[in-house]
Amino acid sequence: MSRGDRLFFGITSSAAYFAFILVGLILVFLIAQAWPAIQEQGFAFVYGDKWEVTEEKTILQIGPMLYGSILIALLGVLIATPMAIATAYMIVFILKGGWAKLATNLIDLLAALPSVIIGLWGVLVFTPIAQGWAEFLHQYLGWIPLFATDKGTTSLNSSPFIAGWIVAVMIVPIITSVTREIFSQFDRELVNGALALGATRWTVFRRVILPTTSGGITGGVLLGLGRAIGETVAIYYVLQLSMNINLFQILEPRGGAIASWILSRFGEATDKEFHGLMAAGLVIFITTLIINLIANVIVNKAQPWRK
Amino acid sequence: MMTITPVAAELQAQDVSVWFGERQVLKDVNLTFRANRVTALIGPSGCGKSTFIRTLNRMHELIPSAGLAGAILLDGKDIYDPSVNPVDVRMEIGMVFQKPNPFPTMSIQNNVLSGLKLSGLHSDNKEELLETSLKRASMWNEVKDRLDEPATSLSGGQQQRLCIARSLAMNPKVLLMDEPCSALDPGSTRRIEATIEELSESMTIVIVTHNMQQAQRVSHETAFFLADDNVPGGVVEFGSTEQVFGQPIDPRTNDYVNGHFG
Repeated sequence: MSRGDRLFFGITSSAAYFAFILVGLILVFLIAQAWPAIQEQGFAFVYGDKWEVTEEKTILQIGPMLYGSILIALLGVLIATPMAIATAYMIVFILKGGWAKLATNLIDLLAALPSVIIGLWGVLVFTPIAQGWAEFLHQYLGWIPLFATDKGTTSLNSSPFIAGWIVAVMIVPIITSVTREIFSQFDRELVNGALALGATRWTVFRRVILPTTSGGITGGVLLGLGRAIGETVAIYYVLQLSMNINLFQILEPRGGAIASWILSRFGEATDKEFHGLMAAGLVIFITTLIINLIANVIVNKAQPWRK
Repeated sequence: MMTITPVAAELQAQDVSVWFGERQVLKDVNLTFRANRVTALIGPSGCGKSTFIRTLNRMHELIPSAGLAGAILLDGKDIYDPSVNPVDVRMEIGMVFQKPNPFPTMSIQNNVLSGLKLSGLHSDNKEELLETSLKRASMWNEVKDRLDEPATSLSGGQQQRLCIARSLAMNPKVLLMDEPCSALDPGSTRRIEATIEELSESMTIVIVTHNMQQAQRVSHETAFFLADDNVPGGVVEFGSTEQVFGQPIDPRTNDYVNGHFG
């Protein structure tokens, strides 16, 4: 290798290792900071539902927050995925040149919005609207446990339902851009082959495009899920955080989200509590890591014909 | 029940002109494709023959800027009549493409039967349809023991014959083939040519080919297309394959079939 090449190789490889090292250092930092809390609270930290900090005792448990994070992330993905797939389909297969670019840029712009802005919009503009939807769902579909509430139809705000929508708005861009990329690489010859057999746009999508691209789309969805689980500020604005676990009554004004919990407690945390919040951070870190690992496995397994 | 009782149909192009945006690419094409015959479309690249074959089952409409004048009659009925749905046209007039394009997520069997699902048709006897279609594409014996394997496990030539079988399962009256052998080796090409010969007994076949020996081997009639700078493509000569290659009337045809240009 020439000197120039060696230098280039050195710079690129250290950039690559830098990411590794950074993730490793963050993990080490989190474990070190979380250790006192983990030692004191034991495994109940993950599934228990008490957070009490008094002079005599400190009980730190984040079960409802962890569960809430997952519930809201799943709701977000459920809402965002069809929207993202439809948007990507429009951009790649229907819209022409300039319009496709415009739509792509607008979606990317949505991704660039700071989450505090989305949170403020969520609480000031979106919540009153979504409250109407929630009341509608409760009134007509209240017999389904998912849409049941303890307190009737009044003020169904600050719920996991609303937080799910807010998270959906935030992850639509990432799922859309992954799906758009996959659609745009899709072999048009397959579309032609299907149309020549008497297919409609819908059956081409349903029988040919979707089965062929589902692995990649799943990857995008899981990336979105990873983001949704770590979402902090926007949820903090629109959700009533509660240690009283809300299993599935998604219209009820109580729920959980680990990251938002850390944000809400951090300012006035005692020393012991601080370590507990660090442990909560470690839990999100590990959860996100597991989701990403699953994403890799699914994406690889879903496309066995791609070798 | 959907058994194979093929009925070849006559297909007629009347004064067909095609534009892509402002640019005219075909002008006043008049051709008759007779039932149970193979018609070859030949001509140099860019002469409009591939565009023309796509107008025969309205596939050219997928190009947003495409416009058409004239009529295509299938047994006397215009496939461009406003009351006709292009989806129905494509079920009666099948198409095989240049590059084999089996659906990669489907098994061999499901590829053959894919047209049913894609078009929403039902068949009471799928097994029979599967077997008949594969037999007509002369590949039943090769694949009968591996029907559940992915279509991508087949060789290129087999994939192309699978695509033919896939079209045949829709029981079309006409089969359009756009350079079906250009991506294949000589052995596979020979097998597909033999299949074309057998199929012509029960249907009308139109084939675009770059290969003049192939046109002579498989077709009964030949149409020679030509375009020039600023002159849209059109038919220079149309007649029996024997005549077009043996005693061409137009000197341009003579030059082309004898390899003087193209």
